[in-house]
Amino acid sequence: MAGTEITYLEAIREALDEEMARDENVFMMGEDIGAFGGAFKVTEGLLARYGEQRVIDTPISEIAIVGAAAGAGHMGMRPVVEMQFIDFIANAYDMLTNYVATARYRAFLPCPMVVRGPSGGYVRGGPFHSQNPEAGFIHTPGLKVVYPATAEDAKGLMKAAIRDDDCVLFFEHKYLYRRIKGVMPAGDHVVPIGKARTAREGTDLSIITYAATVHKALEAAQRLAAEDGLSVEVIDLRTLSPLDDEAIFATVRKTNRVLVVHEDTRTGGIAGEITARINESCFAHLDAPVLRVTAHDIPLPYAPALEDFVLPQTDDIVLAARRLAAW
Amino acid sequence: MPPRRRRAAEGPGSPHLGELLDLERKLGLYYWMRLTRTLEERLVALYRQTKVVGGLFRSLGQEADAVGSAFALERRDILSPLIRNLGSMLVKGATPLEILKQYMARGDSPTRGRELNIHFGDTDRGFIGQISPLGDMVPVMAGVTMTFKMRGEDRVGLVYVGDGATSTGAFHEGINFAAVQGLPLVVIVENNGWAYSTPTSKQTAAAQFVDKAIGYGVYGEQVDGNDVLAVYDCTKRAVDRARAGEGVSLLEFMTYRRKGHAEHDNQSYQPPAEIERWAAENDPIDRYVRVLLDREKVEQSALDAIDARVVREVDAATDAAEASPMPHPHDALLGVYADPPAERPLWYREGADVSGLGRERAEGWGTWDASKQETR
Repeated sequence: MAGTEITYLEAIREALDEEMARDENVFMMGEDIGAFGGAFKVTEGLLARYGEQRVIDTPISEIAIVGAAAGAGHMGMRPVVEMQFIDFIANAYDMLTNYVATARYRAFLPCPMVVRGPSGGYVRGGPFHSQNPEAGFIHTPGLKVVYPATAEDAKGLMKAAIRDDDCVLFFEHKYLYRRIKGVMPAGDHVVPIGKARTAREGTDLSIITYAATVHKALEAAQRLAAEDGLSVEVIDLRTLSPLDDEAIFATVRKTNRVLVVHEDTRTGGIAGEITARINESCFAHLDAPVLRVTAHDIPLPYAPALEDFVLPQTDDIVLAARRLAAW
Repeated sequence: MPPRRRRAAEGPGSPHLGELLDLERKLGLYYWMRLTRTLEERLVALYRQTKVVGGLFRSLGQEADAVGSAFALERRDILSPLIRNLGSMLVKGATPLEILKQYMARGDSPTRGRELNIHFGDTDRGFIGQISPLGDMVPVMAGVTMTFKMRGEDRVGLVYVGDGATSTGAFHEGINFAAVQGLPLVVIVENNGWAYSTPTSKQTAAAQFVDKAIGYGVYGEQVDGNDVLAVYDCTKRAVDRARAGEGVSLLEFMTYRRKGHAEHDNQSYQPPAEIERWAAENDPIDRYVRVLLDREKVEQSALDAIDARVVREVDAATDAAEASPMPHPHDALLGVYADPPAERPLWYREGADVSGLGRERAEGWGTWDASKQETR
């Protein structure tokens, strides 16, 4: 409904609903997505509207879910499949990286499909309901990866993902599901894959981030403006593969100081890749080394005191930004 | 020979669909088996001349299982072969020229040099190429046949796995999901005794693979995989069941792998007497020749004519394949995604140019056409 504020979760549901209504080739598979509406209720109501043929409850079989989506995609369908928690995508790693990602290149077989699921921490989910496994898939040619931070982008990117001719991994941040709201633009709201967004304009330093930490970066930017008089730019990547090099390099050339923030663990995380690209292409524009604020390299623990220590917090971003500004 | 097994309800009196084939189709089965063997023998010669770029995989002694099963499908049906199903692919319309170009990694091979051996497919002709992680094609074919069911299409899927692949998670998840959904899918377990060097006794504690059908709640049948008419009969009934909406079947074909996993493999782990016995007593082509000559009263000259035709076809294909071009190196950049259609070369390969490389693949096969790049 135009003009009404809806949650990040409702925005995803609205996108699924609109795309299923628009294109009869769109269908869904997943565990408990039908009568129950999914573990987080993202697909609630869709079974009643579209029936069991298009909202398919599956066995607990991530390999079969992803593999069947690929096969249906070859035949011209546009499957959207749910990992009940994105942590379980590990079970389908072979199918995604060996089969799906290579299908177009090696066999000219299209896999127009979306693999979506609740991701990320800050929710006391423990080691198997909190993960951010995006880095392994960003490393795989043939896959696209998106990870929205706002309700508007959640809807618009989902619609783009469903219409994309290749496989898109759609990470949904479960901390944002019901905490973030937005008013959907009127009409057919599609956000292009591969384009970052400037979440806040600034001139002194840039924070490049995505998903839940976009909101922490914005909080930090506000504090740094109030307490330090610093003008901080925040770039929300939105798409992690392919990366929007143009937007990254533009903000480096503008502020000359860059902090990369992500909730994923540090070693092998995407911050390393972004830093390398800046180093290769914008070295002369840097006034300071690129710094990172990330999770510690630790499986995500359950207890609030432990989880909060391991994950990046607003205070960490403020601290790192001050060091960067003072370099 | 292992016993033929059928569900009691079907009864021993049901007609043998293989024996009911007319003579023309029976000679067709012979042609495809002979073509498979002759083409592989030609590939061995090319391999020894180092013209085959990678490994070479033989289906010697398994031609009946591949040919007889694929013969039970219609053109609109889709199968997914294994490395020892060259015969299935030929029946489904793959050509010897494509196979030879593919093994020799030519630029105009079906995968333009991107993939090995018989790893290629064509959904128009009804075969989808396998990948190397075994069992993965079972879930994929579940998705293919799920589409048939959703669209109400009168089409059936068939997927091959080896005795080894039944140990994978993908096999289990795929056949279970297909069974639950009642999909029109035939799953064939080719039990050739060996998965690379591992015997079936180290693959499963089950007495026989067909027993797994009970666990999945699907129809199961075991058949002599070296009797091409029995293979056809068994597969055709499973295909008919799938077409009638009666769901998944699991068929176990009893056969034997007479060559190594690939040409490099010296089979040190296989008892030589076992290989010799299968070659002497249970070669599927020798057996079928006896059926044609003794029971069908086919003249030897008719079979000789087919053999000569096969050699002519393989000769012509070899000449054409050897004359075909190698891929242009820049072709490697094309077609990872639909959008963007080409990857950018890294800066130290500057100057790599993908324009003017022509079509990715023939119309209806490909997804991207370089000649249309500007109009995108």
